[in-house]
Amino acid sequence: MSDLLRTPLYDLHVELGAKMVPFAGYDMPVQYPLGVMKEHLHCRASAGLFDVSHMGQVILRGADAAAQLEALIPQNVLGLAEGRQRYGFFTNEAGGILDDLMFANRGDHLLLVVNAANKAADIAHLKAHMDGVEEITDRALLALQGPASEEALKSVVPALPDMKFMDVAVVDSAYGELWISRSGYTGEDGYEISVPEAKATDFTKALIALEAVEPIGLGARDSLRLEAGLCLHGNDIDPTTTPVEGNLIWAIQKTRRTGGERAGGFPGAEVILDQLDNGAPKKRVGLQPEGRAPMRAHTMIYASEEGADPIGEVTSGAFGPTLGAPMSMAYVTTEFAASGTRLFGDVRGKRMPVQVVDLPFVPNNFKR
Amino acid sequence: MKFTEEHEWLEIEGDLLVVGITEHASTQLGDVVFVELPEVGREVEKGEEIVVIESVKAASDISAPVDGEIVEVNQDIVDNPSLVNEDPLGAAWFFKIKVEDTGVIDGFMDADAYKDYAG
Repeated sequence: MSDLLRTPLYDLHVELGAKMVPFAGYDMPVQYPLGVMKEHLHCRASAGLFDVSHMGQVILRGADAAAQLEALIPQNVLGLAEGRQRYGFFTNEAGGILDDLMFANRGDHLLLVVNAANKAADIAHLKAHMDGVEEITDRALLALQGPASEEALKSVVPALPDMKFMDVAVVDSAYGELWISRSGYTGEDGYEISVPEAKATDFTKALIALEAVEPIGLGARDSLRLEAGLCLHGNDIDPTTTPVEGNLIWAIQKTRRTGGERAGGFPGAEVILDQLDNGAPKKRVGLQPEGRAPMRAHTMIYASEEGADPIGEVTSGAFGPTLGAPMSMAYVTTEFAASGTRLFGDVRGKRMPVQVVDLPFVPNNFKR
Repeated sequence: MKFTEEHEWLEIEGDLLVVGITEHASTQLGDVVFVELPEVGREVEKGEEIVVIESVKAASDISAPVDGEIVEVNQDIVDNPSLVNEDPLGAAWFFKIKVEDTGVIDGFMDADAYKDYAG
């Protein structure tokens, strides 16, 4: 355990009574004394603060940075307006997803946020294909999520400008220069805030001192994102699943599709563009178990109560505290992917009925 | 009240033993979201896994602490699994088991011994 990395907020987590667990090479808070269920509900009702400093923050500089990034991801980077952020993913030659990321146009450079587990590989991948790649290692990253986020952040950062979903801004504050985006991973309105390492603890303390804000651990982060229908890379999408299979077609802009201005030109374009036109053999769907038993990752899915061959597998599953019921994401053969299809999951040797449902499980609440 | 190494508690009620899980166990499990209990009338053997508990973290099994027949189960914790976190030693009992001799309970830890065991 001694080789686990710590975020700048480690001491504060321990002081707050967090239960710490290893995650992506970091010693991270999985829950605070409030507990996963109450943390989850508090975030949806008010505001929750998450330490996401383990994630990678990367700056891409250079006149050609946007064009060079377009050679690695199937998103429209050149067309992204200054002050705006977009969701994307690095693909491999087979069309699989190496990692998913957020990228923002900050005028003379791009700012990327990538997953902790993949950041070393992502940075190596970027450096192999472009110059001007700079990993930011002297900043913490926090996510403030929930309907009370705007009011809470404004009280600590009075200069907070009006922002809508996926806007980014640089704001001077008592805690140094903050890099703020109005985005997150819970389905709620909220912000992700990059703060200088030296000010991170004070900034966090100022936010959690507010009545509306509670610190939230990785446990509730997972149930929140699952209710919101958002993918966890490594579970729900990975190098063996394509964006079409992953039901992420919405994140590939028309400019990069067949017939678009800059169609293709990213790794695996042939596979992905073909699947966009002709469909994929399997698809990520939401599953709603009819009973109360959660169907967790690796639960096998069958077309019937007796069928011998599985037609799918759960990739994430948990109880949804806001949903008040269990929920799962799974890949199923495309012929069984239509909403309303009744399937069966094998739970401890018993075939339990599930319905294919539309995602998200809990409606998003973004500030559009 | 006596305690098992699997963090169950047992209490004599007439010729039955009432079985639940300890506060330590419920805290370790985290928020309980699902409980599956054995069927009434089932003959169980000591060590047999007869209860499934799912928390926000993971699924766990509870095994029968003694041989006997399940004569009653607590539907309240099936309908409201959070009761297991709220009142593990009281309202959230799991099942009642009919044993040949309730004296079997003497083979388990008392409160002090369990406290030492659970740390």
